[in-house]
Amino acid sequence: MSMEMPKTPMLDQLESGPWPSFVSGLKRLAQSEDKSYAPMMKDLLGQLERSYQTRKGYWKGGTIGVVGYGAGVIPRFSELKDEFPASAEFHTLRIMPPAGMHYTAEILSQLCDIWEKYGSGLIALHGQSGDIMFQGIRSENVQPCFDEMNELGFDLGGAGAGVRTSISCVGAARCEHSCFDEARAMRMLVNAFLDEMHRPSLPYKFKFKVSGCANDCANAIQRSDFAVIGTWRDEIQADQDEIRRIVARRGRKWLIDQVITLCPSHALSLNDDDSLDIANHDCVRCMHCINVLTKALSPGRVRGATVLIGGKRTLKIGDLMGSVVAPFLRLESDEDYEALLDLARRVMDFFIDNALEHERTGEMIERIGLVNFLEGIGLEVDPNMIRHPRTNSYVRTDGWDEEAAKWKARHGAAE
Amino acid sequence: MAPPRRPVESGVPDPMPFMHPLLRKNYGTWRWHERPRPGVLRHVAASGDEVWTVKAGTQRQLDVYTVRALCAIATDLADGHLRFTTRSNVEFMVGAAERVDPLIARLEAEGFPVGGTGNSVSMISHTQGWLHCDIPGTDASGVVKALMDAVHHEFTHEEMPNKVKITTSCCQINCGGQGDIAINIQHTKPPKINHDLVAGVCERPAVVARCPVAAIRPAMVNGKPSLEVDEAKCVCCGACYPPCPPMQINDPVHSKLAIWVGGKHSSTRSKPTFHKLVAAGIPNNPPRWPEATEIVLTILDAYKSGAKPWERVGEWVERIGWARFFEETGLPFTKYHVDNWRGSRGSLNSSAHLHF
Repeated sequence: MSMEMPKTPMLDQLESGPWPSFVSGLKRLAQSEDKSYAPMMKDLLGQLERSYQTRKGYWKGGTIGVVGYGAGVIPRFSELKDEFPASAEFHTLRIMPPAGMHYTAEILSQLCDIWEKYGSGLIALHGQSGDIMFQGIRSENVQPCFDEMNELGFDLGGAGAGVRTSISCVGAARCEHSCFDEARAMRMLVNAFLDEMHRPSLPYKFKFKVSGCANDCANAIQRSDFAVIGTWRDEIQADQDEIRRIVARRGRKWLIDQVITLCPSHALSLNDDDSLDIANHDCVRCMHCINVLTKALSPGRVRGATVLIGGKRTLKIGDLMGSVVAPFLRLESDEDYEALLDLARRVMDFFIDNALEHERTGEMIERIGLVNFLEGIGLEVDPNMIRHPRTNSYVRTDGWDEEAAKWKARHGAAE
Repeated sequence: MAPPRRPVESGVPDPMPFMHPLLRKNYGTWRWHERPRPGVLRHVAASGDEVWTVKAGTQRQLDVYTVRALCAIATDLADGHLRFTTRSNVEFMVGAAERVDPLIARLEAEGFPVGGTGNSVSMISHTQGWLHCDIPGTDASGVVKALMDAVHHEFTHEEMPNKVKITTSCCQINCGGQGDIAINIQHTKPPKINHDLVAGVCERPAVVARCPVAAIRPAMVNGKPSLEVDEAKCVCCGACYPPCPPMQINDPVHSKLAIWVGGKHSSTRSKPTFHKLVAAGIPNNPPRWPEATEIVLTILDAYKSGAKPWERVGEWVERIGWARFFEETGLPFTKYHVDNWRGSRGSLNSSAHLHF
């Protein structure tokens, strides 16, 4: 005999309105009487309705895993297990999606088949770190469910004090702004650190994120310890005939108001012949003009990426942005990609050796200073790493001549 | 007994086998794009190939029936491929203009709003909330559903000065991330400690170390080792609650919502910024959070009518000044808006620039 549907007067109010309703979805699962998860989802709805009434959460963590791994399953045990026994265990499997979140209908359907066999039928596409979150599975089903997904070519993502699942933007797959092969870089970085993901033993979590240009669609700068953001070194590629066509169609005022005056470094002006004058030496590669004039302007030909370290959310010292440690790494040849990975290895080693327990890279740099970090990972200082030089004179500068000589040597070598 | 199966540590899957063939063929050689209408992108490659993308919103927390419905749409109308964006929108790609309208019609008929492109309000990025988080102060999916119902028109149209990214977070750690507008829980009272459980459940030195303002210290309470909080120092952040659940921070009445504006992660035009507090003390009021929704709509209206083309919310406020932001939105300005965290003097006005 099937269980009754719980009364959910508050959740029911989230079934109306034009946006798709997750409550209707939960109910579809709870009413799937031919499926093993129907009782679980009825009790899940009952507990969620309780939270809506009391404004309290009822999930507790614990320890659940699969053979060989120490992370990737998020355990959830209910504090209301006596009242809602069928959803007493409601764990999540974090599974890494293909880079760029591309799917065939076939592969997604196969994942649904496995999930219906072992789990709740509830899937988040995707979590904030980028995982496919298969939410709602009992402890004894975790291993066989993972085994089947693993056989299909999918692997568990990160959790706890380890390398986390990553995101790269759509990038080269469908974007003309792409400055390198984002999917390649992201897979290379994460897949080189699977040991640190699957058997977490870092001071705290470590996130990579990868965006192909300064639009940063993967939100790398704020959400990752190691952000790779595409850029270029040479001149913006400009099709001046196309610029003239745009001016003819939309007018000079439009171009001036919406492109030229919005350039943050005043690198643009309109020539008398309606072509665009670009002072590339002043350009900060912000992408605005290229975004608005996508048909006429493109990033340059010498493309690569900037690496920024130390972005994170609020816990514990407040939100931090990533900051530049490598202004430009060419990303074209296999050796270029290898050099990016090598930098990541140095950053990871330094983090493991020097961060305090539960300290993110950004907090570590805040504590020890950027220069110590750079010396630790073997990078030279560069004016692109700062907004402005120090303003406080209380600093020892007794190594000045040596440091100035280093700069001159590097500077001479670059020219 | 057979030895247990060892995992195949395959890592992040290669996207190529799953990618739409036109994207695979033109990988890295795209030339330009345009948006023929809200929810539709037309990308043109160097080869002359075109790909038309139709983008639609989803509820993110998807039941398998919804996932299978999306798969069926892909199979019937989009060559069997689909992809998701970081904000849980779904995208279908086709190679010809005439295949766009049937996709839109089918998506809309099945209840998926088509939009989220260009200068629209896209899907809200959010956390897990009461549905699955172990430390939530509020729900996430429910807040998002209520808000997306309210901004549905702005998702399906491109009428904003620039894109608007909204986020929600169910605790002050802010897992939902920075947003043009963020709706986050804000605890207002120190944790309530169940001293009977602390010694058995919490690793006390780790909890002491977790406090950002050093307000927690070990103590003997009723003859048992426990922890106590200097309530005058406590900033009610809730950071002690995850490592020590007997330090309950969530409160049905005193955990409020706060609204923040001006976060931006792109380096486009201005540098990336963090969002700033504009409203707090908002009741955590399920199932539809009407008070929070109303403030979000007020801010969106003021931005929509006041910002110049391409100004993001933070850039708009930067230009008009915070005095006028509070004037235009009618939100009260209080002592709580003035930062006192480390480095806070940098947020003060140290100039003779004033807005009247």
